[in-house]
This record gives sequence, structure tokens and C-alpha cells, in this order.
Amino acid sequence: MITALGRNTAATVRSVGRLGQFLSDTVRALPDVGIWFPLTITQMRRVGVDSLPVALFIAAFTGIVLALQASYTFTGTVPLYFVGTLVGKTMMLELGPVLAGLALAGRVGASMAAELGTMRVTEQVDALETLAYDPQSFLVIPRIVAGTTMFPVIVAFAIAVGITTGWLTSLGLLGLSTPDFLKGLKLFYVFKDVWYGLFKSATFGFTITLVGCVVGLGTRGGAEGVGLSTTRAVVYSAVLLLVLDAFWAMTIL
Amino acid sequence: MIELKGVRKAFGEHVVLDDCTLTVRDRETMVVIGYSGTGKSVLLKHVVGLLLPDAGQVIVDGQSVPDLNRHGLSNLRAQIGYVFQAAALFDSMTVAENVALGLRRRALADDEIAERVSEALALVDLTGNDDKLPAELSGGMRKRVGIARAIALRPRYILYDEPTTGLDPVTSAVIDQLMVRTREHLGVTGIVVTHDMRSAYTVGDRIAMLYEGKIRQVGSVAEIQATQDPLVRQFIEGIPS
Repeated sequence: MITALGRNTAATVRSVGRLGQFLSDTVRALPDVGIWFPLTITQMRRVGVDSLPVALFIAAFTGIVLALQASYTFTGTVPLYFVGTLVGKTMMLELGPVLAGLALAGRVGASMAAELGTMRVTEQVDALETLAYDPQSFLVIPRIVAGTTMFPVIVAFAIAVGITTGWLTSLGLLGLSTPDFLKGLKLFYVFKDVWYGLFKSATFGFTITLVGCVVGLGTRGGAEGVGLSTTRAVVYSAVLLLVLDAFWAMTIL
Repeated sequence: MIELKGVRKAFGEHVVLDDCTLTVRDRETMVVIGYSGTGKSVLLKHVVGLLLPDAGQVIVDGQSVPDLNRHGLSNLRAQIGYVFQAAALFDSMTVAENVALGLRRRALADDEIAERVSEALALVDLTGNDDKLPAELSGGMRKRVGIARAIALRPRYILYDEPTTGLDPVTSAVIDQLMVRTREHLGVTGIVVTHDMRSAYTVGDRIAMLYEGKIRQVGSVAEIQATQDPLVRQFIEGIPS
């Protein structure tokens, strides 16, 4: 048991060391702006445009469910215009960023890990190096910058859609008027609700893309290795995202 | 000149190279032969700094590869063309973009890049395939694009990792001719890793056999063909043990 514990500890220390080295290499490659900047635009398009439908789909149905559940909870005890408060606050502070983040951990994190993993096992990453390119500036920085900048944009749209579907549900199914919904929406609104949600989603974007890159470039073996990396990227991203969510709630709220 | 002196490399418990010493003279093509999994590709990756030795020296063009910093390694790699076993072409780029990628790292005008790409593709008989994607090419064509990508850089050194593996005999012969033509055209120093003896005899000035992590024998094509070493003879004649 002691041997196993020692082995696990050593493996964890090695993993942390590798992550530190990876981040240090990434920071060192930042001055290669001429290489990573044009590629970042392409990645932003991929992360943003490709992920938007999934995020909006989830947000739309979350808004509907939130409005209906709020009404179910409040009926007979709390004025119904509080549905607007609950939909707005929850979408901005929690469900917008977290549900979109979890969906994108599967969509973006898995896709990056699979793509970079395939490049690793087919020696395309080695080929880049022999052509005097730094994989950090060619592959990693564009993805991390794109994830960090595009996630808040996607989440902003998701929040807007979630609140809109919550409002439409309140109008159509709960018999709430628009002024009442808006009254509830504005009731406890503070600007922090918005920036907290968007800041949180930027950190989710950073984490998901970083994990996708680290796991993808660390792929060993053939197709099996790529499959393993893809699964790992999704699991690690989802776990880290939830831990980060709790961390920000404890430190910022 | 490329020199490996007493190189040792292990992956975990598995020692791949053990006191491996080899010198490749300027403008010669050295063929490294050996059984599958004996570390031929590992040896090649040390030359270009993709792997670092656990012990020993790797010297290319008078520079110790493991001691080079990021900038120095980048400069050295700019002088080395590397042809990968499965070509390692970038799937999302066209043939022309693949060949141009290394050139774009250098401060060359777009016109010059286009000219060099055309020249390299002509040298490998792939003119007119510029806009194709790697997925649209046959195995032999992909290998030729890999060679074009390496020679477009006009390197001083060129490293081939099993260039004829998995190809039919006729396509293999075409690749062999191409390697010979490249050497004559560019006057490069080369290392070819292969276990295809016909290819080794065609393209090599000298042949070295890697066995159990060490260079077992080095000699001219004639010397290797006349070897009395039973292990080398068994390998070159393809006799089952």
C-alpha cells in the first residue's frame, strides 16, 4: 500500500511538473505574435461559431424550465414576478456559464484533444518542430486565447436566450405580464451579476482549452491513445470547471 | 557533419540506444539499417533535437544539439529537412500549403515562396497537385509531398525515416530515384533509415547496421554486401533465425 501511495504521489508530482513546464513554454512562446495571432482568428471562428448552436439550445430550454420551476415553487407563497428575478439571476450567475461550460467542455475540449492527439501520434507535431515552429505558438496559444475570449461571448448570448425563453414562458404559460417579468428581473440586479458570469466563463474557456491542449499533446500510442485523451479531456475539464465554479463563488460572491 | 558519440537513450526501463556512435561525413548518404523496433527512428530524432540523449553527444554542423537553446535549435532545424515515415502532412492544408509551411517561417517574399514550392513539387513530379488535400493523395504521393516539403527548404542535411515502407516495389523505386536526384541536385548530407535493402543499396554511400542499441557494422555498400558478420549477413539476406 505504501509503495502504491508513493507511486501515485510521484505520478501526481510529475503531472504537476509537466503542467508547469507546459505553461512556462506557452508563456515563453507569447512573443511569437506573428505566428499565433492569425491562427487565433481561425480558432475563434471555430470555437465561437461551432459552439454557439449547442450553447443556445441548452440555454433556451434552461430558461423555460427555470420559469416553470420558479412558478411551481413560488405559487401561493411568493409574488409571481419573482420568476423574473430567479430566471435572470440564475442564468447570469450560474446556469448560463456552467451549463454552457459543461457543454463546451464536451464540444470544444474533446475536439481539441482529439485533433492535437491525432497530430501527435501521426508525427505532425514533430513535423512542425522540424520546420522550426514552436507547437506552443502554432497550436496551443491560438486555442487558449480563442477559448478565453470566445466563451464569455457565447455565454452572453446564452444568458440572453435563456432570459428570453424564460420571459416568453412566463407570458405564454404562467400568465405573467412583461412589466411584471421585467420588474422581477430588475429587482435585485447588480452589474456584478453580469461581470461575474462573464469572468467565470472566461476562466472556464481558459481551463477547457488548456486541458484540451495539454491532454491532446500528451497523447501516446495510436487510435486508442487518441480515444483515451478525448475522454480524459472531457472528464478533467468538467471536474475542474465545477471546482473552479465553487472557488469563484467562495472568493468573489 | 553529423556525429553521435556514445549516445544512450532509454524509455523507462527499456534501453533503446546504448553507447551508439556514428559519423556521417559531409555530402554522403548514410543508410541506417536494422530490425523493426531497434531504435533507428529514435536515432534520427536525436539528430534534429526531437529527442535528447540520456548520455553521450549529438553534434551537427559542429554544434552540440542537446546544448542548443530555443533560438539555436530553431536555426539548426532550418538547415535540416526531415521526411517522416507516414509523411506527417497537415490534413487541413493543401499540398502547396504543406510545402510552403517551412518557408513561411523564413523572411521570404510570397513570390519566392511560390517559386520554391513549384520547384520542389516539380522535383518530385507532383506539378499540378498544388490544391489537393493530403486525403486525396496515394501513399506514394504523400511521401513525395513530404520529400518536397523537406527539399523546399534547401537544407544542408536531410533525414529520411523509412521512406519506402508500405509502398509497392515500383513506387519504392521512384522514391529511391528521388532521393538520389535530391542528393545530386542539392548536394546534401543525408541519413536514410530503412530496412529495405534494395533501397539501401541504391541510395547509400555507406551503410550502418543498428543492433541492440549499438552500431554493429559500418561500411560501404560493397563492404556490407561482402560482410562476414553473421548477424549483418542474416539481416541483409533476410534469413529467418
